Parts: sequence; structure tokens; C-alpha cells
Amino acid sequence: MESFYALMSGFTVAMTAANLLYASVGVLLGTAVGVLPGIGPAVTVALLLPITFKLDPSGSLIMFAGIYYGAMYGGSTTSILINTPGESASMATALQGNLMAKSGRAGPALATSAIGSFIAGFIATAGIAFLAPWMVKFAVQFGPEDYFALMVVAFITVSATFGDSPLKGLISLFCGLAFGLIGIDKLTGQSRLTFGLPELLDGVEVTTLAVGLFAIGEAMFVVSRHRVAEEVMQMTGSLWMSKEDWKRSWKPWLRGTMYGFPIGALPAGGAEIPTFLSYSTEKRLSKHPEEWDTIGAIEGVAGPEAANNASVAGTLVPLLSLGLPTSATAAIMLAGFQQFGLNPGPLLFAEKPDLVWGLIASLFIANAMLVVLNLPLVGIWVKLLKIPTPWLYAGILMFAAMGSIATKGSIAELLMLLGFGIIGFLMRRYDYPVAPMVVGLILGPMAESQFRRALQISIGDPLVLVQSPIAATLLGVAFLALIAPYVAGGLNKFKANED
Amino acid sequence: MSQSTSAPKGRDKPAIVVGFLMLALAGILWADAVSLGSVVAYGIGPAVVPKIIAAGLVLLGLLSILSGFRSAGTEPEEADFGPVGILVIGFLVLTAMIGFGGGFVPAMAVLFAITSFAFGRRAVLVDLAIGVVLSTLIYLLFSKLLTLSLPQGPLERLLG
Repeated sequence: MESFYALMSGFTVAMTAANLLYASVGVLLGTAVGVLPGIGPAVTVALLLPITFKLDPSGSLIMFAGIYYGAMYGGSTTSILINTPGESASMATALQGNLMAKSGRAGPALATSAIGSFIAGFIATAGIAFLAPWMVKFAVQFGPEDYFALMVVAFITVSATFGDSPLKGLISLFCGLAFGLIGIDKLTGQSRLTFGLPELLDGVEVTTLAVGLFAIGEAMFVVSRHRVAEEVMQMTGSLWMSKEDWKRSWKPWLRGTMYGFPIGALPAGGAEIPTFLSYSTEKRLSKHPEEWDTIGAIEGVAGPEAANNASVAGTLVPLLSLGLPTSATAAIMLAGFQQFGLNPGPLLFAEKPDLVWGLIASLFIANAMLVVLNLPLVGIWVKLLKIPTPWLYAGILMFAAMGSIATKGSIAELLMLLGFGIIGFLMRRYDYPVAPMVVGLILGPMAESQFRRALQISIGDPLVLVQSPIAATLLGVAFLALIAPYVAGGLNKFKANED
Repeated sequence: MSQSTSAPKGRDKPAIVVGFLMLALAGILWADAVSLGSVVAYGIGPAVVPKIIAAGLVLLGLLSILSGFRSAGTEPEEADFGPVGILVIGFLVLTAMIGFGGGFVPAMAVLFAITSFAFGRRAVLVDLAIGVVLSTLIYLLFSKLLTLSLPQGPLERLLG
């Protein structure tokens, strides 16, 4: 009940005219950028972060919520209309969605994904509102060693457990951790890995890394392959779902949400798992198995799309209540908080309840706005997909450079951006996941300070790290998560069956 | 699962290269950690965590080298590095123009035109014009509406 009142007061913050405007601008911008092929939610949020610099913190975070949901929605439009999912979590949507579009049912596919996202987003946001305060109560008892153990769990699940190759994921993570060391050590004021360059004293910005790895790396990857542009499907068929479509969609929406939210909130490895779980469940339960290989089954769009949205919203639970980012998007959101000197976690709930609950309320509002604004505007989004590839990527690079020029404007920053772009290109080419690097960069310094704090309290006795029951359990979980892929044969087999 | 059993004798060169890069990175981290003076009287100093990460990198590097020698790996698709090079050059030109005070709009327009060229368009002047229009709009939006300070050159001062 307490949460309910807090949420209601959050709505009074979010419902002011200015904040509603921020939310709608965020939704529109997020969709417009997220709909561009090859651009997933993480990059969208990173690219649009500079826009929020000059707003007040709550307005800016509210716009952020809009951008975030808009980007998610834009991404699924792209997966359905052209078969280029911006990230692996929309792969499942693309499978059936694109088949449906090809057989002239793009309209219902877009509608079921939008409404499914809305329902999943609504349930998941309600889940955040009720779960986050509970997690906060739990988290206030955490000592530094418990936080450290929790971060170790996040490191492992993000990089090793569910990727194609745990080794590649860990390499990516450790490079991110190494980048995170650059700059002034907060506890002693000594500079590390700066090689005498004053530009490096502030360390590596998460947005620079993310934009470089994702946006510039992607542009280089595409240009290196001379990819023939995928055909953009016409928006054919009515946007409205028939009675039959509704009947076939509502259960997958709910099942998808049930997969997505817990897996996202736990954090047990990102949005990819629940989308594929939902996809295979719907395929097994489908009463129209013949459609899956021919004209596309609406269940195969509705379920994974809901799972994707619910799990991404789920990652906000550890982010808001513990300050723990467990996906690339969450890492960039955290950077968004930090630009205002805000650190999500139990303290933020206590000190700035207006801001936290205003943000949660805005998630509801942004989610509702999506359905109201975006379904009718789908014609405009489809036109964005028709921008010729050269202009599209030229524009993306412009925006990428703009972000770093607007924040720092230094030559060193631009060169770093380019360097990360080249790294991102090579990682994509040789199949290394980039998300662990982003999470490592932002979470590494946080883990280090908890680690050192714990050892400071224990006067250097490393046993403190395993003496607390919470920490010991969490480290045990991390260890299991690390060896799980070797024991279980990993997700690969599961994915191979799916293809 | 079937293709990995067919040709086990080849080497996964990228994995070996990555392995050695990780060892090199570990070396840099270690050297930097050692060079930090020990100013901390109690608790653990700033050098400990870099050393732990360096140790992790060594382990991962060795594992990567080992796996590179043991399996063939999959050959990445054909790639054309020429256009990638053009993209890099475009970005460097942008950086230089910003650095030497060329201003936001011309630098962005040049980036737009070169990138578009790398993606196969050959109408450089048209693209340059589009770039100017786009970046002017962005400039006005960001500097006027959002009051962010963007680098000014002669052109931007005209815009006010």
C-alpha cells in the first residue's frame, strides 16, 4: 500500500504539463531513432543522452523513460518490416513478424507487438513499483562485501552464462573493467592508466564507449560487408487486429511477460533468453503449426515482443533499487543518472522519492503514449526506414560525433570515440559480445570501491568477502553461473534447435 | 554441432591474436599498477584491483591462445576494408576540423559527405549540401533551444 501512495504522488510529478511534454518528445525521438535499422535501444538512449543535459533532473529522466520505451518500440517495427533486428532480443520477433509482413499482414503484426509491449510494459512497470521498494528494504542491510558479491554475479551473468562463448564474453568484460580503471582513483586521488594525458583524468565516458562500440562499430561493419539493403515491406493490411488476432494474442502476451519480467529483474542474463523461451513455448502450444513456416504466426510475434519488453523493464528493478546495471541499456541509463550526480539505490529512494516515483510513473505514461502516438504514426516510421543507406549511416555518424562534441568537445574524446568504433567493428566481425564491455566499464569502478571498502573495514582480511551469508551465497551463485554453460551445454544447442 | 567436428586441425587465428592482445593489455595494467606510489597506510591501495584485473586478463589470454590452437574457428565473412578506411578518414577529418576551429557545421557536413561516399554514393556536392543543411538545423536546435555550447567557426558566428 505504501508503494501505491508513493506511486500516486509520482503521478502528480509526472502529470505536470512540462513533464508530459518531455515524455512525449522522448517517445517520439526514441521511436524515430530506434526505428533505424541496426540501431538498438542501447544506442538510441546513448545517442539521445546529450539532449537531456540541460533539463532539470526529473524532467530529463522522464524524457529518458520516453526515449527508452520509444526505442524499444521502434526496434520491433524494424524487425517486422525489414528483417534486420537491431539486437539479439528482437531476433525472435523478426522471425515470425517478417513472415507475416511478407504475407501482407504487417498491420496486425505491428499492432500485436505494440499492444503486447504495452501490456507487458504495464505489468512489468507495476512489478517495478512493488518489487523495487521491497528490494530497497532488503538492500539497506547489505554491507560492501554483499554489494561486491552482487556485482560479481552481474558480471558473470552478463558476460559468461548466456552468450555463445563464455570466454569471449569474459574477454569483453575484462577489457571493459580495464577501461574502467582509467582516470583518477576516487579513494586516493592517484591517476591510473592516464599516461600523462590530462584528457584521460576523468576516465572513459560510458556514452562514448557505447556510441563508439554500437553506432560507429555497426556503421563500419555494414560498410565492410556491402550488404544489399533488405527490402522494406509495405505496410499492407489493416492496422487493426481482427477478433481472431486478439484471441490468439492475449495469452502469448501474458506468458511472454511472465517469462520476461522475472528473468530481467533477477538479473539472469538479459532479454535474449525470455524471448527465445517465449518463442519456443508459443510454437509448441500453437493451434496453427502450419503458419510458422509459411505466412507467419501472430503468437510468435506477440509472445517474444511482450517477453522482450517485460525483461527490459525488469532490468530497471536492480538498476533503481540497487544501482546495479545488468544490460547495456541499463548501463547507459545509469550514466544518465550520474550526469546529475544521482546514484540509484536505496539512498535515492529515501532522499529523492519524488524523482524515483516520478520516473516510475513516467514509465506508465510513456508506455501508454506509445500506443496512442505510435500506432497512428506508423506511416511516418515506415518512411524513415526508406532513407537510403548512405544517408542513414552518414546521419548516424553525425549524431554519434555530435554527442561527444556537445559533452566534452575535446579532440581526445573524438579520437576515443573512433578508437572504440574500430574496436566495436572488430568485435562484431569476430563475434565478441559488446554489452559486457559497457557493463564492465560502469560497474567495474563501483565494484572496486565496494571491494576496497569491505577490505578496509576488515583491515585487509580477504575472508570478509565470504563471511557474510549473503555474500557467500551470491558468490556461490556466480560460480554456478560461470560453470553452468559448460555443464548444461549452454544455450547454443537450444538456439540451434530453434533455427 | 556437426561442422566443428569436421576440420579440427586448423587454427583460429583471431583467437590467438586476441589472446596475445590480452597479455599485452595485462602487461600495461601491471606496469602502471607497479608505478603507483604506495601512499596508503591502511586498507588496500589503488594498485591492487588493476593487478587482479591484469591477472584475469592473463588467464583469459592464455585460454584464448589455447583454444585458438585447438580449434579451427569459423572464418568471418568476406570484408572490404577500403570503405571502412574511408569512414575512419572521414572521422579524422572531422576531428581535425573541430580541433583547428573550423566550426561545427562545416565539420559535420564533411563527415556526412565522406560517410555517404564510403557507402557508395558518388554525388559528393549534393551530399555536402545536405550535410550543411542538416548540421545547421542540429546546430540551431542544440545551441539555441537546448543551450549546449557547440564549437564555433566563422559560419556559426554568422548564425549568431
